[in-house]
Amino acid sequence: MTHDILLVAIAAGVTMATRFLPFLIFRKQVPQAVRRLGAALPCAIMGMLVVYCLKDVTPLAWPYGIPELFSCILVAALHIWKRNSLLSIGGGTICYMLLVQLVF
Amino acid sequence: MTKQALRQTFLDTLPVLTGYLFLGCGFGILLSQSGYGLGWALAMSLFIYAGSGQYLVVELLTGGAGLITAAIATLLVNARHLFYGISLLDAYRDTGKAKPYLIFSLTDETYSLVTQAQPPEGASRRAYCLLVSFLDQCYWVVGSCLGVLVGTYVPVSFEGVSFVLTALFVTLFVEQWLSRKERFPALVGVLSSLVCLLIFGKDIFLIPSMVLMALLLTLNPKAKRRNTP
Repeated sequence: MTHDILLVAIAAGVTMATRFLPFLIFRKQVPQAVRRLGAALPCAIMGMLVVYCLKDVTPLAWPYGIPELFSCILVAALHIWKRNSLLSIGGGTICYMLLVQLVF
Repeated sequence: MTKQALRQTFLDTLPVLTGYLFLGCGFGILLSQSGYGLGWALAMSLFIYAGSGQYLVVELLTGGAGLITAAIATLLVNARHLFYGISLLDAYRDTGKAKPYLIFSLTDETYSLVTQAQPPEGASRRAYCLLVSFLDQCYWVVGSCLGVLVGTYVPVSFEGVSFVLTALFVTLFVEQWLSRKERFPALVGVLSSLVCLLIFGKDIFLIPSMVLMALLLTLNPKAKRRNTP
């Protein structure tokens, strides 16, 4: 019990540290290079998060990532067409749910 | 904040609401099946508040992991948060009393919304970010508690619903692709993650891809030229 509570407390502490550390390090002055990196990061991180979400896909084994690939293309296509976030996200998610529940 | 702005803010968080309720529920179910009750779900969702981090903690608890192992594993899974802070240093600089909570609540989804979406008319940037952060955590807390209470009893199949968060990131990615001239950062993000995923495997690829991204983005000669007068 004590061990479990400590473990949760440590996980909370480490997670908090990863969030607070940049703000503590660059409390006063932000170097130019870091500022430049910070400006470019949001775009790069979105790409990284997409890959992160799809990391469990198995392209070489059934169902070969087809539901994920198809639904992602649908999300992108809907978004390029209408640029309505809720439509793109909702449409893609419903499509994915139908595919994994009914087809694959 | 005007009523209209409140409404728009809520709409912006709608995908997160869907994703967090279900993913939080999944976490609650896993936790209660491992023999931990409501208090644990509440404490973890209030104080750790990290999706994949909390799933990991359940594994660590049931696997009887040591405290040092737990610290290292949590660090590896959550190291990506370091990047979130770096890109919000200026945006969160003068947020006063709200600052500690804004930083504490930076999940993948909250980060995505506060860096991408423009605050609606009638809301300050600070109020918008604070409301998004708070709503997102509420969804997560409610979801994880529901999971413990409802357990595995779900009348209809919701298999695949967590794809809503993948769809959120794809949408924000496409939105950026369309609205910004410079494609280099987006390409760096996708390609370095893909390459590192292939080389290092899905468990640890985030750390090397973060290093690679930071290197490529810092060394990008184009960005350097634009910023020097």
